[in-house]
Amino acid sequence: MTARRDVRVTVNGRAYTRNVEPRMLLVDFLRHECGLTGTHVGCAHGVCGACTILLDDVSIRSCLAFAVQAEGKEITTVEGLADGESPNALQRAFHENHALQCGYCTPGFLMSLTEFLRETPDPNEAQIRERLSGNLCRCTGYANIVRAVRAAARRPRDEDCAP
Amino acid sequence: MKPAPFEYFAPETAEEALALLAEYGMDARPLAGGQSLVPLINMRMAQPAVLVDLNHCCELAYLREEEKMLVSGPMTRQRELEISNTVRAHCPLIAEAVPHMGHATIRNRGTVGGSLSHADPSAELPGVAVALDAEMVADGPNGRRTVPATEFFLAELTTALEPDEVLREIRFPKAPSGSRAAFAEVGSHFGGLALVGVAARVDLDSAGRCAAVALAAIGAGERPARLSSAETVLMGEVLGEQVIAEASEAAVIDVDPLADLHATAHWRRRAVVAMTARALREIADGGEGVAEVRR
Repeated sequence: MTARRDVRVTVNGRAYTRNVEPRMLLVDFLRHECGLTGTHVGCAHGVCGACTILLDDVSIRSCLAFAVQAEGKEITTVEGLADGESPNALQRAFHENHALQCGYCTPGFLMSLTEFLRETPDPNEAQIRERLSGNLCRCTGYANIVRAVRAAARRPRDEDCAP
Repeated sequence: MKPAPFEYFAPETAEEALALLAEYGMDARPLAGGQSLVPLINMRMAQPAVLVDLNHCCELAYLREEEKMLVSGPMTRQRELEISNTVRAHCPLIAEAVPHMGHATIRNRGTVGGSLSHADPSAELPGVAVALDAEMVADGPNGRRTVPATEFFLAELTTALEPDEVLREIRFPKAPSGSRAAFAEVGSHFGGLALVGVAARVDLDSAGRCAAVALAAIGAGERPARLSSAETVLMGEVLGEQVIAEASEAAVIDVDPLADLHATAHWRRRAVVAMTARALREIADGGEGVAEVRR
C-alpha cells in the first residue's frame, strides 16, 4: 500500500540516498537516516521551531514536510554552519552572549536566524523580536538571544553568517 | 506520535492532480504547504490513505495582475504575498494581514490556497477573502465554477469544495484609489494562534466620508463573519470616535462565537468590539499599520 521511495538529497554538501516510507517526516529522515541529530524534534506540529532547517536556502519546519518531498533538493542543517571545528559568527555570538542554556531549541534558532540575517543584515530590535516569535525557548527569556543577533549582525562581512 | 501510513503521489500538472483526487475520492487529500494538514497528520487527527502533493504543480503558483483583479494561484506561498509590491499597491488589506499569518518560516511554506481550503476559523486569509469579496474558483471533474468568498466557508474546516475539487484560483478585487486597510488581531503572542481578528477596508470619499466599508471577523464563530451591521453604521459617516464606538458595538450582532479552551464566548464577543475599534482607529489615523492605495 505505501510503497517505499528513494529519496536523494544533498545535506550540508554531502549526497545521501535512502529508501523510505512516504510517511517519514523530513526531521526523522535527517536524524535517523542521515545520522544528523543536531536538528531537534520539539513539538512535532509546527509550533516550536526546534526542527527548522534550510531547504534550497529557505527556512522551513522539517517536522511539517515529508522526506519524499525533499527529493532532489539541497538541505542545510545546524551541522552545516560551522567551518570544521570553528563556529560561524552567529554561533560565536550565541556562545559569547549566553544565548542558550539547555540548548535544545538552539539549532532551530540558528537556522531561522541564518536566513533572517541574510535577508535583513542590519535588523532593528523590533525586526529581531518579530523573527524570534517563530521559535520557542523555555530557558533564556530571549533577552540574550536578541543580544546575540545584534552582535552577529555587527560582525564584519568576512565573518558573514551565511553557511 | 508519527503519521499513519499513506500512499504518496507527486503529480506535475493540475490535470494529473485532479485525476488522482477523482480516482481516490474521499480517501485522498491534496497536500499544499502542509502547515495545517501535516500537524493534523502527525497527531493522527487526520489519516488520509492517499496524499496528492501539489508542490510539483508549478502552474498552480502565480500572482498576476488583471485590470480589476489581483489573481493568485492556490500554491502561491504566503511569503510571495508578503514581498509583493503588487499586493501592497492593490490589495493593502492582504499586506496588512500577512505579518499575522504564522511566522516567517511558516509563510515560506504555507500557501494561499492551502489556508483558504483548510478553513480554520482563526486563520487570517479566509477573513481577508470575505472582507474583500474574493472570488474562489473551484476546479474538478465537472469543470470550473466560481464561489463568492462569503459562500465558500461553510463551517470549521469545511468549505464549499467537493472532495474531488481543488481551489484552482483566487481572485481579489483591487482596491480603488483612497482605499485604506487595517488588520487588528489579539492572540497569545505575535504570529501565534489568533484568538480574534478583524479585517477592515474603508474607501473614503473626497470629504473623508465612508463611501464603501468591508469588515470581517475571524475567531468569532465557525467561519469568518462579515460584520454587516457595523458596516451599515459607518456608511456615509466621517470616521470619528463616536461613530467608531457605535460601529464596534454593532459588530457583535453578526458574530456567534463558541467557548473553547482559549476563551469564553463573551470574551470573544468583546474582543470583536475591541479589534473592530482598533482597526477603524488605525484607518482613521492613517498612521502606522495602515496601508492606503494612492494613484
